[in-house]
Amino acid sequence: MRTQQQTTQEVLDLAAKHFNVPAESLAPEDDFFKKLGIDSLQTLEMLSRLENHFGIELPDYEVQGVSDFKTLAERIQSRL
Amino acid sequence: MKSFTGKTLRWEWRGGVIELTLDHLPANEIGTAMLSELEEFVAAFGVLAPETSVCIVASARESVFSAGADLRELYNKAAPLPKEERLAGVRDFVGRIHAVFNAIDAAPFVTIAAVHGVCFGGGFELALACDIIIADKMARFAFPELRLGLIPGFGGIPRLKRDVGNAFIRDVLFTGRSINATRAHAMGLVAQLAAEGEALRVARGTASQITKFDPFARAAAKDFVKPIPLEELRREFELFCELCTSPAVMAALKKFVEDSGPMPYLP
Repeated sequence: MRTQQQTTQEVLDLAAKHFNVPAESLAPEDDFFKKLGIDSLQTLEMLSRLENHFGIELPDYEVQGVSDFKTLAERIQSRL
Repeated sequence: MKSFTGKTLRWEWRGGVIELTLDHLPANEIGTAMLSELEEFVAAFGVLAPETSVCIVASARESVFSAGADLRELYNKAAPLPKEERLAGVRDFVGRIHAVFNAIDAAPFVTIAAVHGVCFGGGFELALACDIIIADKMARFAFPELRLGLIPGFGGIPRLKRDVGNAFIRDVLFTGRSINATRAHAMGLVAQLAAEGEALRVARGTASQITKFDPFARAAAKDFVKPIPLEELRREFELFCELCTSPAVMAALKKFVEDSGPMPYLP
């Protein structure tokens, strides 16, 4: 079982890799819309990547209004 | 007409296979422009069908098959109209959509939706009208209509009921959540899973297999296994039009259209 810290780090690493952002530039409290410069389609792409990576389903309504990596990782942790 | 290039889509016939490619910025929304060109496409079936085994429906847009109905156009056209005219406009538009999707559903050749990225609402309904859905692992499917006070209106519910179990349909409809390709495959909605970016290649491979078969046997098999649920489609059409007149729908559409945030308003 992953710890919350491990999950958060994996979310940051995955976001950095797929949206071509230096990993060291991302922090758990960052607003991922602003930091990654992503739109709604890319946000859904990120959701698919996260679901595929963690092997979970994360309903849209659970991430509605979430904009920082830390809270996103918490939502994922509750589905692991 | 063996090839066509319009403002929102194009098609090309080659070796018994038609490739219909949606290519309309920003997200292949289905509005009046795409509907008109889809009508041209199905009108060409009479010419294309005798020499066609398969039609592949795909998208040229990155990250999206189709985001569904053009809600901005729908709202901007409907908002200034009195209720009766608004309803008449909706009935005309949705009636034309049903005619096109029914023609694709009953096409005298095999239809394959090669899906990548977002496949929501009307886009999902277009895929469901096809015989086979091949999706890459990044595809997502959703019916978000209830989040706007509506039901799917382009034939989505009867066609989904034709293909998958009712418990799954209730989850998808009542939550409005999107589901990934792996889940859609597990539920039997997606016939074949492809690697990221490979749905069209896999669809072409599948098409080349289908072209080997006798056309009469193929058409007979399709008639036998894929009846069109016309009565349920009619009832869905009436219910959708009735709901469209609700002030709650116009209010929800207004919030959606005016939201300039990174994720458009959806409750």
